[in-house]
Amino acid sequence: MRRFLRPGHDPVRERLKRDLFQFNKTVEHGFPHQPSALGYSPFLRLMAIGTRSGAIKLYGAPGVEFMGLHEENNTVMQIHFIPDQCQLVTLLDDNSLHLWSLKQHGGASELREEHRFTLKGPPGSPPSATQVTAVLPHSSREVLYLGTESGNIFVVELPSFRVLEDRTITPEAVLQWIPEDNCNRRSCELVEALREHPKNPDQILIGYSRALIVLWDLQNNKAIQHFLGSQQLENLYWQRDGSKFISCHYDGSYTQWPVASDNRQSEPLENTVPYGPFPCKAISKIYWQTTKNGLPYIIFQGGMPRASYGDRHSISVIHGSQQTAFDFTSRVIDFFIIFSSDPAAEFDDPSALVVLAEEELVVIDLKSAGWPAVHPPYLASLHCSAITCSHHVSNIPLKLWERIISAGSKQNIHYSSMPWPIDGGTNIAPDPPQRDLLLTGHEDGTVRFWDASGVCLHLLYKLSTVRVFLTDADPNDNMNTLGEDEWPPLRKVGTFDPYSDDPRLGIQKIYLCKYSGYLAVAGTAGQVLVMELNDEDAEHVVDHAEADLLQDQEGYRWKGHEKLKTRDGPVRFEAGFQPFVLVQCQPPAVVTSLALHSEWKLVAFGTSHGFGLFDHQQKRLVFVKCTLHPSDQLALEGPLSRVKSLKKSLRQSFRRIRRSRVSSRKRRGGGGNASEVQEANAKFDQDALQEMELAPVQRKIEARSAEDSFTGFVRTLYFADTFLRDSSRHCPSLWAGTNGGTVYAFCLRVPPAERRMDEPVRAEQAKEIQLMHRAPVVGILVLDGRSTPLPEPLEVAHDLSKSPDMQGSHQLLVVSEEQFKVFTLPKVSSKLKLKLTALEGCRVRKVTVANFGSCKTDDYSENDLAVLTNLGDIQIISLPFLKLQIRYPCIRKEDVSGIASCVFTKYGQGFYLISPSEFERFSLSTKWLVEPRCIVDMPEVMSNNHVHSKSGTENAARKSSAGDCGEDERKSGRLMEHALLNDEKVLKEIQSTLEGGR
Amino acid sequence: EFRRFSLERSKPGKFEEFYGLLQHVHKIPNVDVLVGYTDIHGDLLPINNDDNYHKAVSTANPLLRIFIQRKEDADYSAFGTDTVTRKKNVLSNVLRPDNHKKKPHIVISMPQDFRPVSSIIDVDILPETHRRVRLYKYGTDKPLGFYIRDGSSVRVTPHGLEKVPGIFISRLVPGGLAQSTGLLAVNDEVLEVNGIEVSGKSLDQVTDMMIANSRNLIVTVRPANQRNNVVRNSRTSGSSGQSTESSLPGGAPNLVGSLQGDEESDEEDIVIEDSGEPQHIPKAAASQSVESLSQMELHESARNGFLPSGEMDLTRSAGGVSVECEVPEPASKSLEEDGTIITL
Repeated sequence: MRRFLRPGHDPVRERLKRDLFQFNKTVEHGFPHQPSALGYSPFLRLMAIGTRSGAIKLYGAPGVEFMGLHEENNTVMQIHFIPDQCQLVTLLDDNSLHLWSLKQHGGASELREEHRFTLKGPPGSPPSATQVTAVLPHSSREVLYLGTESGNIFVVELPSFRVLEDRTITPEAVLQWIPEDNCNRRSCELVEALREHPKNPDQILIGYSRALIVLWDLQNNKAIQHFLGSQQLENLYWQRDGSKFISCHYDGSYTQWPVASDNRQSEPLENTVPYGPFPCKAISKIYWQTTKNGLPYIIFQGGMPRASYGDRHSISVIHGSQQTAFDFTSRVIDFFIIFSSDPAAEFDDPSALVVLAEEELVVIDLKSAGWPAVHPPYLASLHCSAITCSHHVSNIPLKLWERIISAGSKQNIHYSSMPWPIDGGTNIAPDPPQRDLLLTGHEDGTVRFWDASGVCLHLLYKLSTVRVFLTDADPNDNMNTLGEDEWPPLRKVGTFDPYSDDPRLGIQKIYLCKYSGYLAVAGTAGQVLVMELNDEDAEHVVDHAEADLLQDQEGYRWKGHEKLKTRDGPVRFEAGFQPFVLVQCQPPAVVTSLALHSEWKLVAFGTSHGFGLFDHQQKRLVFVKCTLHPSDQLALEGPLSRVKSLKKSLRQSFRRIRRSRVSSRKRRGGGGNASEVQEANAKFDQDALQEMELAPVQRKIEARSAEDSFTGFVRTLYFADTFLRDSSRHCPSLWAGTNGGTVYAFCLRVPPAERRMDEPVRAEQAKEIQLMHRAPVVGILVLDGRSTPLPEPLEVAHDLSKSPDMQGSHQLLVVSEEQFKVFTLPKVSSKLKLKLTALEGCRVRKVTVANFGSCKTDDYSENDLAVLTNLGDIQIISLPFLKLQIRYPCIRKEDVSGIASCVFTKYGQGFYLISPSEFERFSLSTKWLVEPRCIVDMPEVMSNNHVHSKSGTENAARKSSAGDCGEDERKSGRLMEHALLNDEKVLKEIQSTLEGGR
Repeated sequence: EFRRFSLERSKPGKFEEFYGLLQHVHKIPNVDVLVGYTDIHGDLLPINNDDNYHKAVSTANPLLRIFIQRKEDADYSAFGTDTVTRKKNVLSNVLRPDNHKKKPHIVISMPQDFRPVSSIIDVDILPETHRRVRLYKYGTDKPLGFYIRDGSSVRVTPHGLEKVPGIFISRLVPGGLAQSTGLLAVNDEVLEVNGIEVSGKSLDQVTDMMIANSRNLIVTVRPANQRNNVVRNSRTSGSSGQSTESSLPGGAPNLVGSLQGDEESDEEDIVIEDSGEPQHIPKAAASQSVESLSQMELHESARNGFLPSGEMDLTRSAGGVSVECEVPEPASKSLEEDGTIITL
C-alpha cells in the first residue's frame, strides 16, 4: 500500500520550499554565438548584436544588458536604431522586419518586440521584388525606407509598418531623371545602400549595386544629382557637412564624390585603391571622419590584395601618414565608429572603432597614440581557446581578490586606459552580494579567472601553465611583429585563437583554496601542478615528481600520448600563481579528479588507472593506488590516438563551418537558388529520417558487470577529517570513488604543524566499499554529527564556519550516477538511499552541496544537494534525509556539452555553456540572484521636425534627468578613475563589502 | 557420527555461518557437504540457503534433525516431498549410501541450485492483457539478454483511437535469461519497469531504469501474442508457474510490497575493511621508512573494529612491518581475496 502514500506533503515544508527554492535563468555571460549583425545608437549609446539564431542583445554601460529573441529563430541580418528613440528595427533573413522597443516596467527597462512586418509585393511578383537589402530609418522617426533587390524603395510608416504606396521610389521614377545614354533599367537593380543627408533630412542618397548613385529629393520626388561609378558598389558614407560623400566598391577601391546642386552629373574627386595595384578584394563598408587638424580618418573593411592577403579579415584605419590594417582572427561581421554625436560640432572627432568579429568584440582607441585596444568589460570571448573545464569559488576573501586583480592588471598594461565608450543606460542592480570567481581551464593550457560576482563576466587574470613545459611552438615566434616597412601594415588584434599547439596542455581539473591561495591544476597528459600566489615576478625551479599509478603491474602498455617534456632549470614566472611542484602521473592519462587540502598540504589526483596522494610541503609522494581491473584493456592501453584524431576532426569541422558560412553569405546569388538548396536539404533530412525508421534504435538491457571498461577510472576524490577506524578517534582521510562503483578510504597520518617537515605523511587503506549496482561514483561527502557537511579546509580556521560536530556519529554520503546512499561511520552500514535511476530513469551528472537561504527570514538556511541529471533536469535533494525537494528542467537533454559543462556554486547558482562562447547563469535560490536590472531613459518627444539641432540638448537633458553628472564631468572622472585603475576597483570592492555586509 | 549442539532460535544467523559451524563441529573444514533436515511431515528437505535454513530453524520442535552427507556421494533422490513413507529408508540411505544404487543418470540440478529465475506476478490484480514478469539475476553467469526499441502502439482514448509512442522488446539474445524464461517475446510492449510507468519516458531513460533495476527487474508488458493470456488458472507455462509459488512465500501479490522487501537483499554493497596488510601499502610509500609506532596505532584501531579474522591478518602484517616492507610481497592478489568481506 506504500505506493498510495504520497510522501512529503507537509504544508509547512511546502511553504518553506517556496521561500528557499526558485529557478531562474538570469543572464548569459560571454560572447554571443554566431553573431550576424551589429547596430549602434549614438543617441542611447547602446550597441545591439543580432545572432544567427534570432537573438538580439543590447549592451551599454557595464551591467546594462537586454536580450530579446525572435520567435522565428532566423538569422538577424541588419539592426537599425530609430534615431533618437528607444526603438530599433531588425531585419531577418526571412525578410521580416521587427520593431523592438525599450520600455520601463516595474522600475527597470525591458526589451520587447512591438510589431512585425513582412513586405508584400503585388500578386505575382517575384520574391526578389520585396527582398529587403537596405534599411534607412529616417530621422523624422516616422518612416523607414526599405531598399529591395528589385530596385524599388518602399516607404513604411512607423510604428504601424503601414506601406505608404504613393511614396515608393521606383526605378522608373529614378530613371526619368537620368540621361538614358549611360543608364538603363538594369542600373537600378538592387539597392545596396540608402543614406540620409546629414544636414538636410529631405535628401537621401540611393546607391544601386551597379554603381549608380542618386541623390534624391524626397519632397519633390526627383533626382537632384546622380553619380556613376565604374565598379560594383558596396557601400556609401556621407561626410559630416554633407558636401561630399564616399563610395566603396567591389574591386577594393573607394571614391569621393562632390555634391553640388548645380551639377546634375558629377565626376569623382578622387578614386583610390588603397592596397593596389594588384587586384584587391571588396571594401564592404567605409567611414570618412573629419578631425580638427584636417587629416581625416578613413576607416574601411576589406580591400586587401586578393592573391596574398585575400584570406585576412581586416579593417584598415588611415589617418594622415598612419595606416594600420587591423587583422582579425575571425570574420568581421560589422563595425562602427564612435564619434561626436553632437550635431553642432564641426568635426566627427572619432574616438573609438568597435568591431564585431565572428568570435569576439574588439574596440580600438583611436585617440591614443598607437591605437591600442580597449579592454571590454563584457562580451568576453570565453572560448579564445576551447573551454575544457570550469571551477567556481564563492565568497572570495578580499585579500586574495585584490592580489588576483593586481596580478591581472600587470598583464593588461598594453590595453588602452580609455573608459569604456559604450556607456548608455544606468545599471540599477544592487551590488553583488559577494565576490565570486569562475575559473575556466582551456585547451591551450591556460586558466582564466573571471569575476563572476555580477552581470558582467570580466576577465581578472590569465594563468598559463605552458612555461613549465617544452612545447613545439617557440614562444618568441610572434606572428604579429612585422617590420616597419611591411605592406600591408597588418596588426593582429583580438584574443581569439582556437588552435592549440599541443592538446596535452589542456586543463582538465582545477582546485583553488581561497583561504591559502594554493591552486592545483591538472591536465590532459597526467600533469598536476601545485601553485602558490606570488605578487612578484620570480624565477625558480619547479620540483618534479612522478607517480607511477600502475605500480609495475606487468603486461600493460600505454599506447596513448606521451607525457609533456619539462623545461630544465629555473623558469621565470610573472606575478600571480606560480607553480612550485609538478606531479606527473604515469601513464600520462588524463587527470580525471583532483582534490587539494591546503591545511594538510596534500594534493590528491586520479586518472583512469588509479590515484595518488602527494605531500606538497615535503614534496614527496605519499602513496599511489592502482584501481585498474585486470580485464580493462582499454584503460590500460590508453585511448590510442584518439586525442589526435579528435583534434584533427575539430579542425576539419572548423573548416567546414567556415566553408558553409562562406556559402551562406552568398545570399544575393538569387532567392530561387537558396530555396532550391533548402528544398534539397529538407528532402535529405526526410530521407535520413526514413532511414532511421527502417533501422530503429535498440538498447541492450544488461546489468553492469565488473568487466565493463573504465571501471578503474577515478571519478571523485575527497578529503575529510572523520571517524574512519573507530568511533573514539577521528583522523584525516582520503576518499576516492571510481567508475566501477568502488569507494576507497585511506586513513592519513599528518604530522602536527611543528614536526610537519620532519615526519612523513602516512596513509593506510582502511576501507573499500563496492556498490553492487556498480554505477560510477560521482560524489563523496561526510556529514558531521549534526548532519552538516564537513567544512572546507581552513574554513574553520578563518572563523567562517562553525567547527564540525565531532561528538555525534558521522555519516558518509556516496553519490553514484544512479543512487544516493548514506552509510554510517566508522562501521559502514547502509542507512538511507535514494534510487534515482531506478525510479526516474535519469542519472546524476553533477552534484554539489549548496546552501539555500530563505528569502523571508535571514536566519534560516539549509544545506541541500543540487543535482544535474543526464536529462538536463536540476533537482534539489534534502540532506540528510535524501528527499527530492523540487525539480526544474534546465538544459535540453540533447545538449551534452551543456550538461557536461555545468558548474554549481556554493549558494545555489550555476553556470553552463549554451555555446562554446557563452555561459548561461541560473539560480536555484530565492536569495542569491544575479540578473541585469537597468534603465534606459526615454527622451522627451520633440515636436520639432528638425531633430538634429535638438538632439544635443536632449541628450544633456536625458543625462541630467537621470541624475547623472554632465558628460564632461563624467569623462574627467572616468579618466581619473582609470589613472588609479586597480586601486579604484579595490576601493569599490571595499565599499561594496562595507555596504553589502548586511 | 552424531553431534548435538544448540542454536539461538530467535537469531539463527546466516546459512553460511551455520554451514561453517557444522564443518567446525564435525571437524571437516574442507569437505563439501549437503545439509538436510526433516520437517514436521518427516520429509527430508535440503538446507542450502538462508531462506530454507530459517525455515528449518523455525520448524524445530524443539529439536531440529539435520543430516549431513558428503557432496560427492550424496544421494539427491533422498530429498523430496514423498519421504514420509520412506522415512526409515531415508535414514538408511543416508547412513549407508553405498546400498542405494539407483542414482539418476543425469542430474538436472542439485537441490541447492533451485532458485527462481523468473516469475509471473500480480496476475490477480492486472488486466488480462498485461503480464508482469520478474527476472532474477544471479551473478553474471547469464545475461538478461534482451533489447528494447521505440515504437508506437494504438490506444483507445475518449477521442477515438490514437497512436502513442511506446517502448517495445526488439530482440532476445539466444540463451539469455529473457529468452529462456519464455515469458518475454519480441514486440511485447513494455508498460512499466518496477512499478513505474514508462509512458513519456525516452528509450534511454527506460534503458537506464532497467539496468538500474537489473538485479531484480520487474517489467509489465503487453504481450504481442495475447493468446496465452486467456486461460488464467492453468499453469501451462511450465517451470515458471512453479516458481511463482516458490519464489513468493508470502504469496505477496502486491508489487510494491515485494519490491520493497527484496530491495534490501539484492543490493548488498561490499565493504572491505582493510587491516593494513603489507601488500596494500603502495610501493612508493613502502620505500620510506615505516614507523612502527604509527603502524601499531593503526593496527590497534583495526582491532577495535569487529573483524573476526583481523587478528590473523594482524600477526602477519606485524611481521611484515618489522622488516620495513623491503621484502617483496607476492604479486598483489585480486581484490576479492584481500581482507574480510562483510556483507551489509
